[in-house]
Amino acid sequence: MKKHLLGLKTTSKEEILFILEEAKKFKSIILGPQKKLDYLKNKTVVTLFYENSTRTKVSFESAAKALSAGTCAIAASSSSIQKGETLIDTGQNLDALLCDCIVIRHSMSGAPHLLSKNVKASVVNGGDGTNEHPTQALLDMLTIYEKHNSFKDLKIVIAGDIKHSRVARSNLWGLTKLGAKVTVVAPNTLLPLEVERMGCEVSNNLDKAVEGANVVMGLRMQLERQSSGLFPSIDEYHKFYGINQRRLNKADSNVMLMHPGPINRGLEIASEVVDGSQSVILPQVTNGIAVRMAVLNMVLGG
Amino acid sequence: MSILIKNGQVVLLDKVIKADILIEGSRIKKIAPNIEINADELIDASGKIIMPGLVDMHAHLRDPGFLYKEDIVSGIKSAAAGGYTSIACMPNTDPVIDNEAIVKYIQTKAAEIGTVKVYPIACITKGMKGLELAEMGKLKEAGVIAFSDDGRPVENAMLMKNALSYAKSHDALVISHCEDLSIASGGLVNEGFNATTAGLKGICRSAEEIIVARDLILAEHTGARVHIAHVSTEGSVNLIREAKYRGVKVTAETCPHYFAATDEEVSSFNTFAKINPPLRTANDINAIIKGLKDGTIDCIATDHAPHSLDEKRQEFGYAPFGTIGFESAFAISYTHLVDDKHIDLPHLIRLMSYTPAKILGLNAGEVKEGELADLIIADINQLHPYAIDACIFKSKARNCIFDGWKVKGKILITIINGEIV
Repeated sequence: MKKHLLGLKTTSKEEILFILEEAKKFKSIILGPQKKLDYLKNKTVVTLFYENSTRTKVSFESAAKALSAGTCAIAASSSSIQKGETLIDTGQNLDALLCDCIVIRHSMSGAPHLLSKNVKASVVNGGDGTNEHPTQALLDMLTIYEKHNSFKDLKIVIAGDIKHSRVARSNLWGLTKLGAKVTVVAPNTLLPLEVERMGCEVSNNLDKAVEGANVVMGLRMQLERQSSGLFPSIDEYHKFYGINQRRLNKADSNVMLMHPGPINRGLEIASEVVDGSQSVILPQVTNGIAVRMAVLNMVLGG
Repeated sequence: MSILIKNGQVVLLDKVIKADILIEGSRIKKIAPNIEINADELIDASGKIIMPGLVDMHAHLRDPGFLYKEDIVSGIKSAAAGGYTSIACMPNTDPVIDNEAIVKYIQTKAAEIGTVKVYPIACITKGMKGLELAEMGKLKEAGVIAFSDDGRPVENAMLMKNALSYAKSHDALVISHCEDLSIASGGLVNEGFNATTAGLKGICRSAEEIIVARDLILAEHTGARVHIAHVSTEGSVNLIREAKYRGVKVTAETCPHYFAATDEEVSSFNTFAKINPPLRTANDINAIIKGLKDGTIDCIATDHAPHSLDEKRQEFGYAPFGTIGFESAFAISYTHLVDDKHIDLPHLIRLMSYTPAKILGLNAGEVKEGELADLIIADINQLHPYAIDACIFKSKARNCIFDGWKVKGKILITIINGEIV
């Protein structure tokens, strides 16, 4: 099994399905009376976060604890990183502190890859720049898998700031490997060049793209994208690319509405649908723990 | 002191001949078959080629200011090892080369070594700030060979027009680093599939091409000549070809990494492949090779850009741009252009020696009786390619994108002013 999880680009279809099956089992345990397993009893998992996070960090810590691993959290803002320590030095010190696994989040794409080449510990990517966020995509996939038990020919729409989204990239790698038909939707200024070569359809028209969709996934839109000239106004963005009930009504009647969070109500997604019956946004969060248990158990050789 | 080089294949500007070469003092005394004379030193060059020393019109020696990356002494040793006998160094040092004192410092330090000839390039604008012209006249008198704000564009188009126009009155050469910062800003790699899948911010090729187009237009309207540095895109090649056709006084260079490597190198976050302008695509490589073949691109420069390993062993976004090039340029160019049958050896030598010398106004770049004996002897007859090993480079830096690449063509001996270096 893999020693690191750096991204779904380099994870095979079989490995993804293995993680999802494992996650299903772990989920039934954490939701049951036992809540805890001792698979990683002698292991230590460190979360090394150079960027803020609520969900991902807590989720990894909960997952580690549910497998009885020791955990330790390092935030860049309150560590030697503030004193100018390099990523490689920090990683090698964590090795010397006998950490078994480093979960890293970093604003620079490729930071987990650099770390993995320079440490003995397993490295799990908790989100790097605009590259990947593999455990987010895996939990998205678990949420879909629980309902459909397959990805083959599912129609999945990912709408929003594709260009700057690591969640979109990881989902594109994972979902297309498993046979889903993915369409990314955004204005051209928020689409990365040649994204269609990742095996998806590309559209500028959300109304058309959502027709018959099994899954509609929104992405967080950062407000500074407007000031840097990528779209004219929140109002205009919401009018053409916001996910609302009217648009969801064109999708499959069983459509699942997903979002990785944190959400901007009224920007990329309307409040009515966040809290509506098609939303699986909160179940996604719970699935995050199960998926991360499966990932930690995989890389730590449990 | 005399040296007799026997039995080599001598690369002239238009052909390769089998001949012996007699060097007396600093000059080439005789080129002829079967020279029989007792020289102080005899070199058997059987199976080897003899070429004029290479001329690099674009290198960064990092001295003064960044001696942990490279300095004039290590830069010269690296250049000599790579077969370069004349190099021009860019002024983005600290302080920048915009006054006669720094020019003198570089000339003096290089003269102490006394091997590879180092020609300083000075800034176009004072302090490389892009606001006022540097003292081109005085700097040229001090020995500056060309002017460039390399590393930065001259952003203000009017100032660039004035720079070209003023340089023309002093018969000075302006080298343009073509990059529109409003388009490139924050970008790390070529905008395209590999940037997309690595989540690295792209630099659109328009960042280069807009300024290439601008400077060609400015050169046309001022009647001045301009040299376009490090051409990396198909669009730039086309713009330059068209301008040359119209009679614009433009020359252009590319670098080995722009015809040998693509942006696929960045998909593994290899910071040695983080270069500005960025590595492009197979399409661009084809266009650059076509441009080299038809004369649109006049020469090959290294853009030797040394950095410390600590700087390169960082997150991709933090690592500085650049690859070193002195000690890999010949082998990469030979392998990808001559061995791959795009051009012949005389053409390669025109690209790497004769033409850059002419662009800079240097009396160099030719194996000719009576000329200074700046020569290199190389082996191109490897049965099997060998791997470039940056660990044995003479440069202080190791950030060579070609480290480990399999190549043919190896520089064996560099002779400068009639002395083996």
